[in-house]
Amino acid sequence: MALTRDQIATRVAQEFKDGDYVNLGIGIPTLAANFVPNGISVMLQSENGLLGMGPNPTEEQLDADMINAGKETVTAVTGASIFSSAESFAMIRGGHVDITVLGAFEVDVNGNIASWMIPNKLIKGMGGAMDLVAGAKNIIVTMTHADKHGNSKLLAECTLPLTGVNCITKIITDLAVLEVKNKAYYLLERAPGVTVEEIKEKTAGELVVPDNVPEMQF
Amino acid sequence: MAGFDKVVTSYADAMAGLNNNMTIIAGGFGLCGIPEGLIAQIKTMRTTGLTIVSNNCGVDNFGLGILLEDKQVKKMVSSYVGENALFEQQLLNGELEVELTPQGTLAEKMRAGGAGIPAFYTATGYGTPVGEGKEVKEFNGRPYILEESITGDFAIVKAWKADRYGNCIYRHTAQNFNPMAATAGKVTVVEVEEIVEPGELDPAHIHTPGIYVDRVILGTFEKRIERRVLAK
Repeated sequence: MALTRDQIATRVAQEFKDGDYVNLGIGIPTLAANFVPNGISVMLQSENGLLGMGPNPTEEQLDADMINAGKETVTAVTGASIFSSAESFAMIRGGHVDITVLGAFEVDVNGNIASWMIPNKLIKGMGGAMDLVAGAKNIIVTMTHADKHGNSKLLAECTLPLTGVNCITKIITDLAVLEVKNKAYYLLERAPGVTVEEIKEKTAGELVVPDNVPEMQF
Repeated sequence: MAGFDKVVTSYADAMAGLNNNMTIIAGGFGLCGIPEGLIAQIKTMRTTGLTIVSNNCGVDNFGLGILLEDKQVKKMVSSYVGENALFEQQLLNGELEVELTPQGTLAEKMRAGGAGIPAFYTATGYGTPVGEGKEVKEFNGRPYILEESITGDFAIVKAWKADRYGNCIYRHTAQNFNPMAATAGKVTVVEVEEIVEPGELDPAHIHTPGIYVDRVILGTFEKRIERRVLAK
């Protein structure tokens, strides 16, 4: 069975190591904050200038001057720091953020990602996504394996305008965990009950399948 | 105004000298940390043909969005726009031009502009539509694009507290783009929640030193929240 959004987020959170500084994009990536494994501490970076983002506030804690990059009201955890946008992107561009998790419309075997613009639709902008994919040490893309019409989002070559080139190393979808290298997708894990055949069918770029593909463990 | 005293008492004085077709650099992220009274003054002045450099363009009827109502804005330089219907309409009609700029590049363009650095190389945007037509140079085997810095005729900034000399501190994430904007204006105007006497702020805790600031005005703020989300 394909994973739910919460299950994808749970699998994403398994990638976090104790002491990681992590930037989570909007959508499924943000949900990963709810599933950080026991015994692991991570510090969430919000690119509007907050390192150590906490949960949304109570009515009493609500403060118009405390928001995250999605413009939602948030709190700061103990040990947080707050700084300017230039400082925030110095952390990002300088490679100091350990893991960035973001969504995408398409990825390809060259590690390219398209996530911000669909031509002939209203273009709202890239926000911090281009800086994040150019700067983070370890970028994880999380998305559904195929669109709602069944078309693969894991392509040989992206068709949409790019967010960044040669930057994606790992992809976690509702069907599989894959690594991008040597111009191919290497299948690492499959969702419980999902067959290798289904993953093959929904992966447009070259897929390398080892003899044994373990199921994800939750 | 005497010596280092930057305080002005009217919004007309705060924005005096703003003319049609000028470039304004504005602090703020969404509706957080925006100079509400200075934006309202620009609306009152009916200045047109403006280029506004700001991460976002407010919402319908609040923030920079109010400057769209009388078509005062010719061009926005932003990383993320379109939270407002009027913006979308003017963009589609060709009445408004938008230069989409990655958020970190935008912050660095302001910072570099204020620091006298005309351009810088960054990996951000290489191989994407943002990099098209820009010079590419390799450093240590990786390609980077050349991005030019930005300065403005005016910078409009929102700070929490300032002393009369223009030394500013910001509150929480209302800091965002404000410190860079403050450095990048030929005339930098700061609207604050509280004005204190010199010496009341710890010199080591100043975010924006007064040297960057030309005018300080005491404002009142609605501080509208764009996405009010409470703990479940």
